[in-house]
Amino acid sequence: MRAVSEADSSIMFGEDGLLNELLVERFNYCVYVVLLLIGLYAMIAKNNLIKKLIGMSIFQTAIILFYVSIGVKEGGTIPIYVAEHDPHGNHAEHAAHPEEANATEGSEENATTATASHEADHGHHAPRSLTDEETSGYANPLPHVLMLTAIVVGVATLGVALALTQRIYRAYGTIEEDAVLAAILAEDAATVIPDVLSTKPKRAKAKSRKAKQA
Amino acid sequence: MKKLALAVTVLTGVLLLYAAQDFLAWGDLQSPASASPVSKHFIADTGVDTEVPNMVTAVLADYRGFDTMFETVVIFIAGIAIIGILRRTGADADAPALKRENEIATEPDLIVTNTVRLLVPVIQLFAFYVLAHGHVSPGGGFQGGVIMGASFILVALAWDLPKAMDRLSVDRAVMLAGVGILIYAGIGLFSMLLGGEFLDYAELSHVLPVSSEMARYHAMLGVEIGVAFTVTAVMFAIYANLSTRGRLEGGL
Amino acid sequence: MSENSIALIFAFPLFGAVLCALVGRKSRNLCHPIAVASLAGALWGGIETLRRVIASEANEVSYYFGGWNADAYPRGVGIEFRADYLGTLIMLVVVGVAFLVAIYSKLPVAEETPEKEGSFYTLFLLQVTGLAGICLTGDAFNLYVLIEVAALTGYGLIAMGSARAAAATFNYVILGTIGASFYLLGVGYVYMKTGTLNMVGIQEVITADGLADSAAMQVAFVFICLGVLIKMAFFPFHAWLPNAYFHAPTATSSLLAPLVTKVMIYVMIRMTLTVFGVDFSFENTLWTEVIPWLVVIAIVCAATMALAQRDVKKMLTYLIVAEVGYMVGGIWVYNYYGFIGSIFHVISDACMTLCLFLGVGIILRKRKTTHFDGLRGLFRKMPFTMGGFFVGGFSIIGLPPTCGFFSKWYLITGGMLAERWEYMVALMFSTMVMVVLFFRLIERIHLAVTESGENIGHGHGDLALPDSETFFDEAHWTMLVPLLLSASVVLVIGIFNQDIVNLIQDFLEPFDLPKGTDR
Repeated sequence: MRAVSEADSSIMFGEDGLLNELLVERFNYCVYVVLLLIGLYAMIAKNNLIKKLIGMSIFQTAIILFYVSIGVKEGGTIPIYVAEHDPHGNHAEHAAHPEEANATEGSEENATTATASHEADHGHHAPRSLTDEETSGYANPLPHVLMLTAIVVGVATLGVALALTQRIYRAYGTIEEDAVLAAILAEDAATVIPDVLSTKPKRAKAKSRKAKQA
Repeated sequence: MKKLALAVTVLTGVLLLYAAQDFLAWGDLQSPASASPVSKHFIADTGVDTEVPNMVTAVLADYRGFDTMFETVVIFIAGIAIIGILRRTGADADAPALKRENEIATEPDLIVTNTVRLLVPVIQLFAFYVLAHGHVSPGGGFQGGVIMGASFILVALAWDLPKAMDRLSVDRAVMLAGVGILIYAGIGLFSMLLGGEFLDYAELSHVLPVSSEMARYHAMLGVEIGVAFTVTAVMFAIYANLSTRGRLEGGL
Repeated sequence: MSENSIALIFAFPLFGAVLCALVGRKSRNLCHPIAVASLAGALWGGIETLRRVIASEANEVSYYFGGWNADAYPRGVGIEFRADYLGTLIMLVVVGVAFLVAIYSKLPVAEETPEKEGSFYTLFLLQVTGLAGICLTGDAFNLYVLIEVAALTGYGLIAMGSARAAAATFNYVILGTIGASFYLLGVGYVYMKTGTLNMVGIQEVITADGLADSAAMQVAFVFICLGVLIKMAFFPFHAWLPNAYFHAPTATSSLLAPLVTKVMIYVMIRMTLTVFGVDFSFENTLWTEVIPWLVVIAIVCAATMALAQRDVKKMLTYLIVAEVGYMVGGIWVYNYYGFIGSIFHVISDACMTLCLFLGVGIILRKRKTTHFDGLRGLFRKMPFTMGGFFVGGFSIIGLPPTCGFFSKWYLITGGMLAERWEYMVALMFSTMVMVVLFFRLIERIHLAVTESGENIGHGHGDLALPDSETFFDEAHWTMLVPLLLSASVVLVIGIFNQDIVNLIQDFLEPFDLPKGTDR
């Protein structure tokens, strides 16, 4: 009995168990999925228009977090060249203190590669291609770029949606979705089709103009 | 409705988590995204192609500059759309403003206005710094533009909206936004007329006395300036319209 | 200059839009000529691009923005625009439709959205830029940005009308954002597994690394398709479309109705054929079994709801939902002829929907309503308008020689060869419904019978109209000429359909789709 239950629990809780795989190693994905679901639920289920927009914002933020987490590299630094890879170089400091400069690097490249590249560009200041070893010291810049665009698009959509909310409030006096719907149905029921085809004298024109202005 | 929303949400969550098992662990160096030739090229060769230390700015403004142009266009669209949606025309224009409850008209506070008077020049200087230094440190046109737009919004908050609109009216904001896009697309068009593709900044080395890599460097700065103009103008125009429900008077 | 024709398709409307924004406040009358001129330039760029694609060897032309071409740099470093037959034909349709609507829009914009011409034409031109870009781009993330450009301009264009339009747009914003974000999520998963955003590059990695069985790629495909289905108003995600297009200003609905949903169909074709590949998308028999049934439900429900409407414009919006069902079905029956039908239907449906909405706009302007009750006597009053309108109507029904007949022919052939009898039955049923719809409309216009069945005419030929309504009083030429041009395009595309179908067949050759009953 005991052996079976131990085997069962190791499926969930052991090194290769489901919970370890999902919650520990891939924790970032679980976080963003939860945020995404919160935002999606708010967008669909909430009645108040502003709460829907808050949900939209959360939803888009979750996607942004997901993308940024793709670009992370273990032990990598931000995607800006450190001083010694800088195409314009940081020449004065390099010439004076090569060892200290290497020691203060944030990345985990080994010292020999760094010294070799330093010696290589000590003589000339032309920019050079980095080796594979060195590129693994930087995070992937592409997801950051994509998400700059996505953030801007999200802000733009939010701005337009807020303007729409204000316009709806100005016309219907409420921002609860069911109240707006009720007001719209009442307006539809009261609309008179402009009767341009009547052979009787025209009094329907006044009603039609009011109906069109709403 | 809430039950339907819950069902949809749970289904989406199950699908997403089902896919998550296929991913590599967070930060794995061998993940396809990190090990692909595209990503390696960006990290290894940005210095060679463009001589810009900040890879993100180089990818944003040069490699994927067409995307960024449309991103700027998106901001521009948001500004124009908000102005168009909220503008009152015809019979609407003279309707009285909605009464706000508990509103007390006050004079601008002395401490706030004097603090802001000291802060705004610093903020704007910092905005220029973020814009110009975006090649070397995190920053760039969008970030600098937002900070600059925030400085105008700060003036509007500390005093009142007309004081900020004296400096940057909505008409002038639309013009500034248009000029920003014209700068961006104009640099692209100019490169095309010089014989390259649209947005191929290397062609500018025919008219500027620099190498083609440095031509990319400088064109990126020009493009970022265009972006900053548009973002500044639109940020303030959105604030002015949303805080006054389109009337452009009163304000927070 | 012609080697940059692809860039010119975007450069003209983009500069035109900024110009409209700059001069729009001061001199409102300049905006319309600027819009027409920029779209004429874009049309020239589009035709030049088609000529280059036909003249090229591989039937495609690539353009690398920023100069990061695939010879010197890894594919996907820059943004690539690939113009092949599919994209170029649809892009031409987009720009052509936009050009006609731009000419048409002079009077409606001045009347329905006064003092907002500057903003309107700015958003108009940017919408066309976005839609044309979607057709030509070869980069998955760039596609997202362009979808959002088209969506945001759409929200602005619709909401500039009445407050009722703003309420309908809010719903559109929520659903549209969900759709676009699902697409973005799918692209994120794809990027994570393949490492590239270039469409051809993704396909190469999928085949090279054998990612067809990967759970993440399948979920990515589901989310991308789901996002695109929401944006194209596939039943049951169609709730936003009828209200948004019905309450939109005339020029807006004339631009959006023919184009937006059709371009999303193009995106779905591009994703299934070019990005994920035929094997990945269709060999999984679950989708090819399930989706045609969903399509059947979509077509039947949309046609029935169109039957229940009492207003021409609302009826047409439901017909759009039904047409989307046709095209999605054409893709998912997984047959060579179904694909030809679907692609040709995109082109022909754009033209016939344009024809119908232009006609409805003229009716709205003359009679101040599009309700059935207000349509009496229009044949006598505006014969050319009604002639053009009914050319579009007959094309929707599928009468030869209009283009609708040929596209339906290919769709039914595809359904039959793939043994998808349910799809064929749905097509037949909806065709019957459309016959009823349009002939009922003809009857309403021709006879003096009101909704309640009361005959208010006093004899043969008497439609009980006031004197002002019996004279010949056609629409203004800026509105009539685009309508007649679009009607003639519907006929021309139908008569010369074989030329277009040849180009489509050239495009579909490399994909090796099943042609017969052996699937």
